[in-house]
Amino acid sequence: MNTRIEQPPLELETIQRFGPHLAYMRGDRLDTGAEVDRMVKTHCCFCGQQCGLQLKVKDEQVIGIEPWYDFPFNKGKLCPKGVKRYLQNAHPDRLLTAYAKDPSSPNGFSPLPYDEAIRRVAGEIDRIQSTYGRNAFAMLSGASLTTEKTYLMGKFAHMCLRTSNIDYNGRLCMVAAAAGNKKAFGVDRSANPWEDILGAEVVWISGANVAECAPITTDYVWQARENGARVIVVDPRLTPIARTCDLFLPIKPGRDTALFNGVLHLMIENDWIDHEFIANHTVGFDAVAAEVRDWTPKRTAEVTGIAEHAIRQAAEWWGTAKTSFELHARGLEHHSNGSLNVMAAINIVLASGRIGRPNCGYGTITGQANGQGGREHGQKADQLPGGRDLANPEHRAYIASVWGMNPDDLPQPGVDAYELFRLIDRGEVKGMLSICFNPVVSLPDSGFVRRMLEKLEFYVAIDFFMSETSRYADIVLPGSLQEEDDGTVTQVEGRVIRINRAVACPGEARRDWEIIQDIAKALGREQGFTFNSAREIWDELRIASKGWTNDYSGITYERIEENYGVFWPCPDEVPDGYTAIPPQGTRRLFEPGSWNPIAKGAGPFYFPDGKARFNVTPYIGPAEDIDAEYPVILTTGRVISQFLSGNQTRRIGPLVDHLPEPRVEMHPDLAAKYGIADGDWVTVDSRRGTLTLRANVVRTIRPDTVFVAYHWGGRKSVNMLTIAAQDPISKIPEYKVAAVRIRKAEAPPEYATMLEPQQ
Amino acid sequence: MAVPQELEFFVDPGRCIGCQACVQACTECDTHKGQSMIHLDYMDRRLSPQTVPMVCMHCDSPTCAEVCPADAIKRTEDGVVQSALQPRCIACNNCVLACPFGVPKMNTDMRLMMKCDMCYDRTSAGLKPMCASVCPSGALWFGTRAEIEAARPRSMPVNTFRFGNQTIRTKVNVMVPRPAGPSLVHITAALSERGTSHELIDDVFTANLYV
Repeated sequence: MNTRIEQPPLELETIQRFGPHLAYMRGDRLDTGAEVDRMVKTHCCFCGQQCGLQLKVKDEQVIGIEPWYDFPFNKGKLCPKGVKRYLQNAHPDRLLTAYAKDPSSPNGFSPLPYDEAIRRVAGEIDRIQSTYGRNAFAMLSGASLTTEKTYLMGKFAHMCLRTSNIDYNGRLCMVAAAAGNKKAFGVDRSANPWEDILGAEVVWISGANVAECAPITTDYVWQARENGARVIVVDPRLTPIARTCDLFLPIKPGRDTALFNGVLHLMIENDWIDHEFIANHTVGFDAVAAEVRDWTPKRTAEVTGIAEHAIRQAAEWWGTAKTSFELHARGLEHHSNGSLNVMAAINIVLASGRIGRPNCGYGTITGQANGQGGREHGQKADQLPGGRDLANPEHRAYIASVWGMNPDDLPQPGVDAYELFRLIDRGEVKGMLSICFNPVVSLPDSGFVRRMLEKLEFYVAIDFFMSETSRYADIVLPGSLQEEDDGTVTQVEGRVIRINRAVACPGEARRDWEIIQDIAKALGREQGFTFNSAREIWDELRIASKGWTNDYSGITYERIEENYGVFWPCPDEVPDGYTAIPPQGTRRLFEPGSWNPIAKGAGPFYFPDGKARFNVTPYIGPAEDIDAEYPVILTTGRVISQFLSGNQTRRIGPLVDHLPEPRVEMHPDLAAKYGIADGDWVTVDSRRGTLTLRANVVRTIRPDTVFVAYHWGGRKSVNMLTIAAQDPISKIPEYKVAAVRIRKAEAPPEYATMLEPQQ
Repeated sequence: MAVPQELEFFVDPGRCIGCQACVQACTECDTHKGQSMIHLDYMDRRLSPQTVPMVCMHCDSPTCAEVCPADAIKRTEDGVVQSALQPRCIACNNCVLACPFGVPKMNTDMRLMMKCDMCYDRTSAGLKPMCASVCPSGALWFGTRAEIEAARPRSMPVNTFRFGNQTIRTKVNVMVPRPAGPSLVHITAALSERGTSHELIDDVFTANLYV
């Protein structure tokens, strides 16, 4: 039973001062005759597709967008977030100064001069580290930052603060995919450019609401279909991409490993496997074959909730195809067995032998803008730049030499982002700096996260808007929006692209890397933090990444601009006897005869023998299964008009108007059981929290499952209910399965008359 | 300046994902900033995520212009039916009621009918319309007939529609499935085919669900 379910505070006065308020087109943005000062070619600030677009700038404000037709990935296409992203610029909620927590202020904060704020931050870091030890000060970073910033964050933690405790919000995004990829391929990147989707005979999409979360990929999938592909979609909900697929597998949340094991069972039984590829290019098939022997279609159907004939059909189409492309996203990864799900997904790719060739591919769809680049260059708890390991003495020595420090002074690997909060609970972490991370909305069991933030002795947040998490900060430093800085990101295909500064930071706001360097200087340790531009950081990162898996050494800003992006790996030199890397970099991984620094020519995969790994994937169910007390499965995800924790998109009027508030999506059979009609207020309880939202009764979801989108904060945040169970390998949390009970609410929630929909 | 004859507009409702990129992009168009002229509706969200985008079809013989008592709606020689001329429009709503496709919108604040003009400022200058530029799923598409026929062999463009006894030819094409592709879309007949999508969705879910 519930021990204590506490509602988060309404924070009315803080919201009144700092929003989220809605921006709409006004002034020059509405003026049909407005002359534009300049157009800046750059990319969207939101998802991992990183669509190319042009920002229209007038009087140092972004006043609109214009499609960038020449950028090859999206050819001018954009989703509604890309179209309206410019409304985040010059927003009335924008933080223009630093703020300090001030209990005497009705909204909880008072403005503070920037320099004084930096001095206070440095003073508190010093105090905490000298009182409790270096690791008592932790850092949380994000994967929506440019790669330059993520590199600097890792360097700042490891070289300037010398704390083990830095991690990033990719931990809750797709780190299970990263872990699965490394275990199977030895490297972590989508294996193919998206053009390879177009020529695939079968496109398999597992746990990816492509149309809403990666809208541009829809066009690739549907063009493949025009070219004759069969599309298989695995999802508990009939999403827009599932609506026109050829085979829809309505899986019970959390059962993906069982499905892949069952498919591999049928592939082996019918001899739909590539013996030659398995023998020459892989290791471990026999153990996996033994594991899936018991996964008969009948058992697979019972566990997955998918009819046996549909499983057989999927296995036959996948098994007998000559070309194929498998895609997955958070639906597969956000589980306490997320890495196993990913490895099971890769097993059916390896068994088919369809990888490393044209039209034969595999890819995991990145979530955040720099979901790929942000997990490569050292802001991850156990990592150093270039995909190197913080625990590896050779790697430590190399990076220390680039940074001009003693390798022994580098800290040891730290813990994951959620574990950092448990360290606060245990009194081991006393202070924290965060950037680009809104854990109060985005981490599971968020009641715990709130209590831990309150427990910190000192918390500083770098933010451009006062997020739900920044409201807990002692000091808020005004950072930069994407359009206010230069840099690079690595998009979904592994293509490194350029983000171009369109406007300067307003007021006392600073580019994020300048803020970090200002803190280093105030600490009296500015050595290594005296960069004058993003390009200078990039040129050091290129050297730091050189020689290992994620090699960016050959990628210059000029080369990116000349080629509409460069795919990594792209070393600046290759050993004699191997073909030089083409101007666009390595578009397709694992091609026969390709060289990498681990196999050194032994084979195309990133292991010393050059062979890919089959991984045994026993089925382990969700951490919290349904029972009599909590009999309904809760799953969470995204909607098209919002992005992640909504700190930006919940301030953009036209996007909020599209879908103002989250709803509880449920099947009419389930609704009828509880006497719930469409639009009714419904209370959803888990063992950790409760929320009351309106019902959305639709036939497009499994009757045993309810869905709530996670972009909202406060009492509308579904992460009050989700469980902090984590995958033991990757530490990704289980956002996709929790046990809940539902009932028609006795009355509308208190917030309904007090808050606007986005608040 | 005119819209080049070889460039045509195609609507492929089967591809629509309901994302509203077109709706949002339409408000960025320089002739009617802040207002969307696109209609984007769910068929019936309870049953399916199917949405249908609707732009002005730009009829050869536009009903909206024919019923306009003030002669405010002009069709230019390139076949684009322009939005109402502000000095002439008397906001009588005739066009809104008469258009068989339900396209024109009455802006009561401005006392002016407004509708899609195929982004005339862009298309007459050789650019794509905003909606068809951004549409991430290719449901709205602007280019040559040869290109789309080559790229989408499973469907074919149709630009003749029948409403009761009225047959309408339009500048804008709708993509219909090719194997059973009719040369004409009989709207009134289709209206009586109720329940298709309901049964389809139920079938997909129940047929593939293990119970």
